[in-house]
Amino acid sequence: MSDKKFIVSHAPFFHDGGSIVTRSCHTILAALPAVIFGIIQYGMPAVGVVSLSVSCAMIFEYLLNRVTKRPISIGDGNAALIGLLFAMLLPATSPWWMVVIGIFVAILVGKQIYGGIGGNPFNPALVAIAICMLSWKDIFDFDEALRHYEFGFSAAYPLASLKHFGVSAVEGFSLGQLLLGRQTGAIGSTFGIGLIAGGIYLIVRGFIRWEISVSYLLGVFITALIFNLASPAKYGGAFFHLFTGYTLITAFFLATDDSSSPVNLIPMILYGLGAGVVTMLIRNIGSFVDGAVFAVLLFNIANPLLDRIRPKALGKVTEHA
Amino acid sequence: MMKRSFVGVVKPRLFYEAAAGIPDELKVISIPPQVTLFLKKPADPGLKKDTVPLAKGDGLKTGVKISLSRDSASCLVSPVTGKVSGVSRFEGDFGKEYVSIGVHTAKEEEFDEGFNTAAKTPSLKGAADYFSTLPGNPSFSVFQNPEKPVQTLCILGLDTDLLGSTNQFIIKTRENEIQKGISILKKITQIQHVILLIPENGISPNGDVGAELKKVKSEYPSALPALIMKNLLGRSIPVGKRPEDLGVTFFTAEAAASIGTAASGSGIPVNKTITVIGKDGRKQMVSARIGTPIQHIFSELGMVTGHMDRVIIGGPMTGSAVYSEEYPVQGDTGTIILQDRTDIVPVSDYPCINCGECVRICPARIPVNMLVRYLEAGRFEEAAELYDLHSCIECGLCSYVCVSRMPVFQYIRLGKFELNRRQGTEASHE
Repeated sequence: MSDKKFIVSHAPFFHDGGSIVTRSCHTILAALPAVIFGIIQYGMPAVGVVSLSVSCAMIFEYLLNRVTKRPISIGDGNAALIGLLFAMLLPATSPWWMVVIGIFVAILVGKQIYGGIGGNPFNPALVAIAICMLSWKDIFDFDEALRHYEFGFSAAYPLASLKHFGVSAVEGFSLGQLLLGRQTGAIGSTFGIGLIAGGIYLIVRGFIRWEISVSYLLGVFITALIFNLASPAKYGGAFFHLFTGYTLITAFFLATDDSSSPVNLIPMILYGLGAGVVTMLIRNIGSFVDGAVFAVLLFNIANPLLDRIRPKALGKVTEHA
Repeated sequence: MMKRSFVGVVKPRLFYEAAAGIPDELKVISIPPQVTLFLKKPADPGLKKDTVPLAKGDGLKTGVKISLSRDSASCLVSPVTGKVSGVSRFEGDFGKEYVSIGVHTAKEEEFDEGFNTAAKTPSLKGAADYFSTLPGNPSFSVFQNPEKPVQTLCILGLDTDLLGSTNQFIIKTRENEIQKGISILKKITQIQHVILLIPENGISPNGDVGAELKKVKSEYPSALPALIMKNLLGRSIPVGKRPEDLGVTFFTAEAAASIGTAASGSGIPVNKTITVIGKDGRKQMVSARIGTPIQHIFSELGMVTGHMDRVIIGGPMTGSAVYSEEYPVQGDTGTIILQDRTDIVPVSDYPCINCGECVRICPARIPVNMLVRYLEAGRFEEAAELYDLHSCIECGLCSYVCVSRMPVFQYIRLGKFELNRRQGTEASHE
């Protein structure tokens, strides 16, 4: 007998080559245009926040893997992605301790206590940002946070101006300016064209589920339009809401988180529409300036229930109660 | 290897061989000095210890019927002449039990008369005795159940898995024998409705073979019986039922051709036609005696196996890997693939990340993302009750697209097997 041994495994023997690493890397790649734009706009403080967030995310992932005695999963890129998305939602002037605490919450409470990747019922970056927003409200006051910057365009945070001073205060923002990122906001959420390009890339490559992105944007658009038609002086226009605040980053990077969103067609559409509608309800009649974070978290909770709406499997006969 | 395309928003599509991909040549493999015959045992635990009444040194003639001592319905027809070199038991995948009979082949071939007698005056009984281990493994037991009469006989003119070209090659080269086989089948089974399933863009017969022709879509897994039932016959198989419960049964084109050859008196069909695919993807059609070790075929084709390569019996999506080149060709061995070690994508122990690729591609519309969570935890009953385990038609596409590279398909087969086994144990205790 020779020493030659064959690999014996089970079918199928082909694989399409997809992997979690590719998925994470390409999502990070798609987010880069918006991040780089944010760095150009906000300078070194933004570099600091992004670097700290990504590196801490990876370090916490590693440490928690060790503590929970699970395989080291830092290599799959998911922790880095969470770190990047978290940083993209922060103002460039966020203090270092909040970044560290926030990312610790994201990796521990958002992800690891549910057993790591695939088990999280909420988007980890959103859990962290929600906790930070509630704990240190002043840091997320973009007008206050960015007051030392000279931009060459209106430094007023559009959503806050709209909320506090009405539509007349934001008439200065043209849609083109908003899309080009000539507005203030979080590090990675202002460059509309970059986010849309990244989102389209992810959709074309099949790394996110387009139904969620499209229905979320539709939900925001329709609700904003209804409010705007009802009272044009009080509520901002539909396109204004699409291109300001966290709308675009939510549509393409946050609502589409794999494990906290549905996979069946009708649930995906309900999830997207629902989160879009709630985003607008919070913006227009709630007390927060931007509702995207809480809207998506709310629909993350609804996900398991929504995903029960599914097509009948092959060979299942209709059961009558 | 088929890779994910750059554009991932549309689901990946895999296609059956088109007419241009079917080789013209048939390479005949010589009779090897030693063959191994597998006689499949029924699942009945009462027959667990049963074996064949043969001992080392007994002579065998080509065409002689060998059956289990206590169950004459489990039988095979010897494809070779020679002397028995040993009888042992062999355990296959999922607890399948076989009696393994080693035979030293003789140079001079002698033929047993029993086969020819049965072949000259074909009857259902004779066919069940002598034809069921012919190349293509036609199963006649389905015609013997008076409670479930078979009304429709479907003949698969293409292989159900990817890359396999055996049945298309048979249609290309043995159309007359298929026609003869179909007429014999009609005669002995009294079934008038025979359908020949041919691939949309593949080989189709030139003349009338005595069967209605239906075209199967060229996209995998359209040729799986459950999807043919649904798409071409308009009758979805209810969960837990088989095509036979709806009066339909499936034969391969090769089985029909074997019956045609046997009945035309031109000898016993003992050579299996096989699609052999090498490491470079080159495809060859070979004809080998049933029982020939795979090694013998590889060496005659000049194919070299290496350490850590994978030898696959059956197609790339649903076949099974074997651990030894000694493994013999059987009546249902349609494809043999030699896969290089560098082409093997290992499975991982990562959990499901809920990306939804499997749900999108599943032809049975199963919520695979939920199903696999239950299966992974060993909760098979809930998997079957809540998440449609038994709707699975076993195409393997879920594992093919799995981003986490989980062995989804294996979990499904394991779940079905375990549930089946538990039911069997419960039934035997009652």
